[in-house]
Amino acid sequence: MSDDVWILGIHMTRFGKHPGKDVVDLASESVLGALADAGVSMTDIDVIGAGNLMGASSGIGQQVQKQVGQTGIPVYNVVNACATGATALRVAYLEIKAGESDMGLAFGVEKLAGAGLLAGGSGTADGDQWAPQGRLGAVTGLEGHTGTSSMPGVFAQIGLDYAHRYGGADFELFARIAEKNHAHSTLNPLAAHQKPMSAAQIMADVMVAYPNTRPMCSANVDGAAAAVLVSGERLKKLSAEQRRRAVKISASVLTSDPWQESCQVLPDVSTLTKAAARKAYEIAGVGPGDLNLVELHDCFATAELVHYDNLMLCEEGGAADFFNSGATWRDGGTPVNVSGGLESKGHPIAATGIANIWEVATHLRGEAGPRQIDGARVGLTHVIGIGQACAIHILERSAA
Amino acid sequence: MISPATEDTIVRVPIVDYLVLDPEPHLRAHECVACRARYFDRRNACANCSGAEFAEVDVPTTGVLSTYTIVSFAPPGVDAPFVAAIVDCQGTSVRGKLLNVTPTPDNVALGMPLRLATYSLGADRNGVVAIGYGFDPADRKDMSGE
Repeated sequence: MSDDVWILGIHMTRFGKHPGKDVVDLASESVLGALADAGVSMTDIDVIGAGNLMGASSGIGQQVQKQVGQTGIPVYNVVNACATGATALRVAYLEIKAGESDMGLAFGVEKLAGAGLLAGGSGTADGDQWAPQGRLGAVTGLEGHTGTSSMPGVFAQIGLDYAHRYGGADFELFARIAEKNHAHSTLNPLAAHQKPMSAAQIMADVMVAYPNTRPMCSANVDGAAAAVLVSGERLKKLSAEQRRRAVKISASVLTSDPWQESCQVLPDVSTLTKAAARKAYEIAGVGPGDLNLVELHDCFATAELVHYDNLMLCEEGGAADFFNSGATWRDGGTPVNVSGGLESKGHPIAATGIANIWEVATHLRGEAGPRQIDGARVGLTHVIGIGQACAIHILERSAA
Repeated sequence: MISPATEDTIVRVPIVDYLVLDPEPHLRAHECVACRARYFDRRNACANCSGAEFAEVDVPTTGVLSTYTIVSFAPPGVDAPFVAAIVDCQGTSVRGKLLNVTPTPDNVALGMPLRLATYSLGADRNGVVAIGYGFDPADRKDMSGE
């Protein structure tokens, strides 16, 4: 098992508003936390994978080195939309797998508190001069003219497409998914939102893009998460306590979307997720039924439903029945987003793909306190970056 | 926005180059000659088969509603809420918005038959009028268009 890769230390900041801290502060806090959790220092680290979507050209990896330790090691600054953090982690994973590094650091950070709707496009000021531009020869901004590119609208259409195809899902069901996640986060002291909301309250809240109301949308917040990864060979030489708390990365998979007819006009978040899930289950040698908890990319309540199916947590087409069975509540058979998910814990974009791994790892270590899923041995994390990228990690508790 | 008296002399420009206004408004796709995959935007090569040769094809002007959302917020100058939709035009998926539909869930049904329609975005400083497209419920009497 010496060629396995393990999580030695991991940390996430509180998600929410951090007006007094910049991205470097938040990232440094997460990195120092992960190093302390791992029981190592920057001099042990051979490589850094770093992610910050909104500051993609800023070289966040090197900026953080200047706060926590400049040791001359290679830094990979990566961007992959909402899969940025998971991609940064995978860079460290691959370096270790390749034998280039024994120990790697990955972090993701974002400052998003107060951000409005993302990626909605903008209408130009009409009336000056209509001049065709770009690959569509558009004479104006197209948002609101040729449909929508806003994220809440895109994922609303994805959810209603699923509802159309298989039935069983309506506004109220989507609201009850958000109700679950807002209930789960009441036990998570690091979540941006920790107050329960009833389905009725959620349905009565501000409508953003039907059927997604505001509490059914991922929360734009600040936050960072970081992880220290180590080779199995190096782990053997570490202390018994470090080995006991280490979490095995049983699968690390990244996919992009293959061509589909309909994905030309509406992102297809299903095909690449299914492909990643199939591959991850195969590599890890586990099935959906083995999972004790799942943190999936509920950027909108409508997305969570579709991903029950894409991750094969239920039968094909059976996501509504699966949710109605109670399976995805924390006391159900396959707890989903016990952290509160993106809707309630929050979604500081580049941090999300490591924060979800922190959540699962914390349960696998038995350190999740009041929200601990008892006896958790195997968990799965999933993120989707629109455009698109899908990252899935399967994690297992140490046998030591 | 347009005075009927001057309509004959108005210069019109489509909102996107895949909207063809004459003789009857319709959408036009770039179709890969090798695999028949269709694209509305300009492509360097086919995303499905890497073929580099494309032909122009007319997209059927009728279809059914595959999925939709009702978006509450829109950029300045665009009415909100609006119904954004994906329409299956006899095998080709098209993005658009629904026209002449009150934007509430009660008035929109997945699978409803639709047909292409156009509307005016108004004139620029040279008097050129931009024409947008959307989809009308197919059972609506023909009174749309600019």
